[in-house]
Amino acid sequence: MQTLSRIPGELTRPDRRTFLKLSAGAAGGLLLATRLTSAAYAQGTETEFEQPFLHIRPDNSVTILSKHLDKGQGTATGLTTLIADELDAAHDQMRVEFAPSNPDLYKNLIYGIQGTGGSSAMANSFLQYRQAGAAAKAMLVAAAARQWDVPASEIAVSQGVVSHASGHTARFGELAGLAAQEDVPAEPVLKTPEQWVYIGKAFPRLDVANKSSGSPDTFTMDFQPEGLLVAVVARPPRFGGKVASFDATAARNVPGVVDVFQIPSGVAVLARSTWPAIKGREALVVEWDDSAAEVRSSDAMIAELRDMTAEPGVMVHEVGDTGAAMEQAEKVVELDFDFPFLAHGPMEPLDIVLLFDGETAEFWYGCQSQTGDHAGAAESLGIGFDKVSINTIWAGGSFGRRSPPDRHPVIEICEVAKAMLTAGMAPVPVKVVWTREDDITGGYYRPMSAHKVRVGLDGEGSVTAFKYAIAAKSIIKGSAYEAVMMPNGVDPSMTEGAHDTSYAFPAMRVNQAFQETQVPVLWWRSVGHTHTAYVMEVTMDRIALETGKDPVAFRLEMIKDDPRKANVLRLAAEKAGWDTPLPEGRYRGVAVHKSFGSYVAEVAEISLRDDGTIKVEKVTAAVDCGVPINPDNIVAQVEGGIGYGLGAILRNQVTLAEGVVEETNFDTYEPLRISDMPEIEVHIVPSNEAPTGMGEPGTPPIGPAIANAVAAATGKWITSLPMAKAGLV
Amino acid sequence: MSVSLTINGNPRTLEADPESPLLWALRDELGMTGTKFGCGIAACGACTVHWDGVPIRSCQTMVGDLEGAEITTIEGVGGRAAEAVKAAWTSLEVPQCGYCQSGQIMSAVALLSETPRPTDGDIDAAMDGNVCRCATYVRIRKAIHTAADMLEG
Ligand code: FES
Ligand code: FES
Repeated sequence: MQTLSRIPGELTRPDRRTFLKLSAGAAGGLLLATRLTSAAYAQGTETEFEQPFLHIRPDNSVTILSKHLDKGQGTATGLTTLIADELDAAHDQMRVEFAPSNPDLYKNLIYGIQGTGGSSAMANSFLQYRQAGAAAKAMLVAAAARQWDVPASEIAVSQGVVSHASGHTARFGELAGLAAQEDVPAEPVLKTPEQWVYIGKAFPRLDVANKSSGSPDTFTMDFQPEGLLVAVVARPPRFGGKVASFDATAARNVPGVVDVFQIPSGVAVLARSTWPAIKGREALVVEWDDSAAEVRSSDAMIAELRDMTAEPGVMVHEVGDTGAAMEQAEKVVELDFDFPFLAHGPMEPLDIVLLFDGETAEFWYGCQSQTGDHAGAAESLGIGFDKVSINTIWAGGSFGRRSPPDRHPVIEICEVAKAMLTAGMAPVPVKVVWTREDDITGGYYRPMSAHKVRVGLDGEGSVTAFKYAIAAKSIIKGSAYEAVMMPNGVDPSMTEGAHDTSYAFPAMRVNQAFQETQVPVLWWRSVGHTHTAYVMEVTMDRIALETGKDPVAFRLEMIKDDPRKANVLRLAAEKAGWDTPLPEGRYRGVAVHKSFGSYVAEVAEISLRDDGTIKVEKVTAAVDCGVPINPDNIVAQVEGGIGYGLGAILRNQVTLAEGVVEETNFDTYEPLRISDMPEIEVHIVPSNEAPTGMGEPGTPPIGPAIANAVAAATGKWITSLPMAKAGLV
Repeated sequence: MSVSLTINGNPRTLEADPESPLLWALRDELGMTGTKFGCGIAACGACTVHWDGVPIRSCQTMVGDLEGAEITTIEGVGGRAAEAVKAAWTSLEVPQCGYCQSGQIMSAVALLSETPRPTDGDIDAAMDGNVCRCATYVRIRKAIHTAADMLEG
C-alpha cells in the first residue's frame, strides 16, 4: 500500500504550496480571461520558475501543466509540444502533469469552464500554451542577458541551452530562479511557422514508455492510497428504478466486506479490496421498485422514434421553400435510418477515489470535466468549492463516458463517503469501481435514433429539396447544459453535421424531435456526427446512384464554398486510386465529413466472403485539421477513430428487453478485434490554418464509407445498424 | 488458505480465497497493478500474464490452482523477446490510453517466444483475445513485425 502523498504515475500531484499559490494569484483579481494573463502569474523561489502552465526546476526539467485530461488522445503531449517549441526546449527535459481544478487558471477557453471535450483541447490552447512558452523563454533570455551583461537580442536559445557568442552558456535549470525575477513580457513574441522545431514535425509522446511497461499507478484503477476501501454499487436493473428493500446479511458475511449502505443510486458494498466487494454485491438480495422505470423494449422505442420522425418536431434549420420544392420534384428518394444505443466501453471502466473527512474532500481520477465535477462534489458534500481538490490522473479511455453532465460518478462516491462518515467510520479513502457489466448495462449511451430523409430531384437529376427529420433523446435537454446550449429549444448537438452541411441544396429543412425515456444518454465519440455523417453520406451515394453520377464527382459538384472539404475528398480519392479498377471481389465506398472543425475523407475497400459477410481490407483517409501539431498523433487518432467507429457499426448495439439491458460484457457487446482491423493509410493536408481537434473526427466517415462499399458490392443500402443484423458480420 | 508460487522469479505465498482470481491477488494483495482488469470474463485480455511462459487470463485463473506455478507479469517479463516488444511498442508509439497494453505486450511476447517470425495470420490468432478499445491494432501488428526484425537482427 502506498501513502496518500504518493503520486500516481509519471505525474506529480501539484503540491499544496503550488496549488495555493496559483489560487492566491487568482484571488488577487487577475483573471485568465485575457490571453496573456497566464504569464502574469510568474512566480518562483530562488531556484525555480513557476507559472500556471510550466515549471522549470533546477534539475533542468520543464514540467508543463496540462489543463486537459489525456485519455489516450495525446493531448498531454500536444500541449507539451506547444510549450517546448516556443521555449526551444529539448524533448528529453520535458515532463507533463495534469493541472489542478481551478477554472480561473485552467478553463477551456471555448467553454469557459475547465474540461475536455468536443475535440477542443488544441484549438483552445494553441495560442495560450505557446504564449506561456514564449513568455518563459523571453524571461530566461532576459535573465541571461542581465547575468552576462550582454544585449538580450544577441542571445540564442536552442534545445534547452541559452547561449551567447562570448562563450556563455546556461541550461534552463541554471537560469530558472533568475528568470522568475524578470518582468513577464506583456506581448511575448511567438514564432512564425517557419521557425517551429516541433510543431508540424515530430515530438514523441511522453507517456508511451510508461504505458509499455506496466508502470504502477498510471491509472485510477491502480491508485491504492493507504487505508483504501473499495466499493461497488448494485444499481437498478431498469433505468429509473429504485431500491424497494434489500437484505445484506449474506453480503456482510463475505470475508473482506466492511459495510453495506443504501445510497440514492442503489446499494453500495464496501470492502477491503475489489474482489470481496464484487462477491459481496453478488450476495446482496435487492428488491427493486420499477414503478417509475423505463420498462419498454428497444424495439418499441425504435418504433416510437420512427413515428416521431413523421411529426413536425422542432425546426432546426430551413433554407428555401422545401415544401414547394418537394411538391414539384420529379422524383423523391426516400431513406429511413435507425441506430441503436451504444455503450462507450472505455478499456478502464469508470472508477474514482475520494478522501472526505467531513470538511475537505480530495479526489483522484481521470477527471474530464473539472469545473462541473468540482461544483457537483462541493454541493453534494455540503462544503465550499475551496474545500474540494481534484487530482486528475491519466484515464484508460473515455470516448465521452467520463464527462456526463449530471456528474453521476462524482455524486455517487460523495454519497458513499457521506454514508461512511455517518456510520461512524474514520475518514479513509474510498474507490468506487465499475465492473464491465456495470459499464455496459449502466446507461449513458449514445442515443438510439431514427432518421427520415426525403430528397427531391428534378428532371435532370439535380437535387431541389432535402428534408431531414431526426428523433432521439436529447443529450442536452434537461441537463446542466440546457440553458447555455439550447437557448432556442434546439439541441444543435443532435443535428450537427446535417444542419450545417456545406452541400449546396437549394432547399433544405432539418427538424428534430425529442424522445422521453429514463435511459440516460451521453455524447459518444463525435456526438451527433455519429449518426448524421452516416445519414448524410449514405444519402449522397444513394442520390449519386439515382442520377448516374460517380460518388466522388457528385459530392464535388455539391460542395460549395468549402474548398477544404473538397480538397480532402480529392486527396483521399486520389490516394485510394478511386479512378482505377479494383481487383475481382473488392469494392469501394467513400465518405467525407467535417466535425469539430476538422475535415476527414475516407475511402473504404471491402471484400465479400462466401458466406456473405464482409471483410474491411483497407481504409485510405485524408485529413485537414489546420496546423497538424503532432502529425504522428493525428495518424494514430485517425487509425483509432476508424477502429472505434468500425466496431460499432459492424456489430455493437445495446438492446433492452422490458427495460433490462441484454448485453452485459465484451462477450455480448463485442469490440473490434485485431483480425477485424483494416490496413489504414492516413494523409495529412499541410496547413497553417488554426488547429482543430482530432480525437473525434476520424470516427464519423467510417460507417458511411463501409455502407457505401456494401451497396457497391451487394446493391443493398444498410439503413439500420449494426450491420450484423443484415448478416454482414 | 495459503498458496506458494513463484511470481517474476520470486517465491511468494498468497493468503487468499482459493476461489479468488489471480488478477485481484496480484493487484490488490501484492500491489502489482500492471496487470489490468478489463472484463473479468476472459473476453478482453487486459489481465494476461504468463503461467510457465504460456499466456493466460488471470481474471479466470483461480489462486487455488496455482500451487507451485511460475507466473510472470508485465512487471517482471524479461528476455530478448520482451525487450524487443517493449522497444517496438515505444518507438512506434503503440499505446493511446495504454490501459490494454500490459495485456497486449504479454500476449505479443508469448507469441514471439514461440514464433519468432509470425505471419499476419499468426498475429491475428495470438492477439485476437486482446481487446484495445482505442483500436491501436494497426500499430500492434506493425510493432510485432518490428520486434521480430529486432530479434533476427
Ligand atoms: S480482465 Fe481478464 S480477460 Fe478481461
Ligand atoms: S490503448 Fe487504450 S485500450 Fe488499448
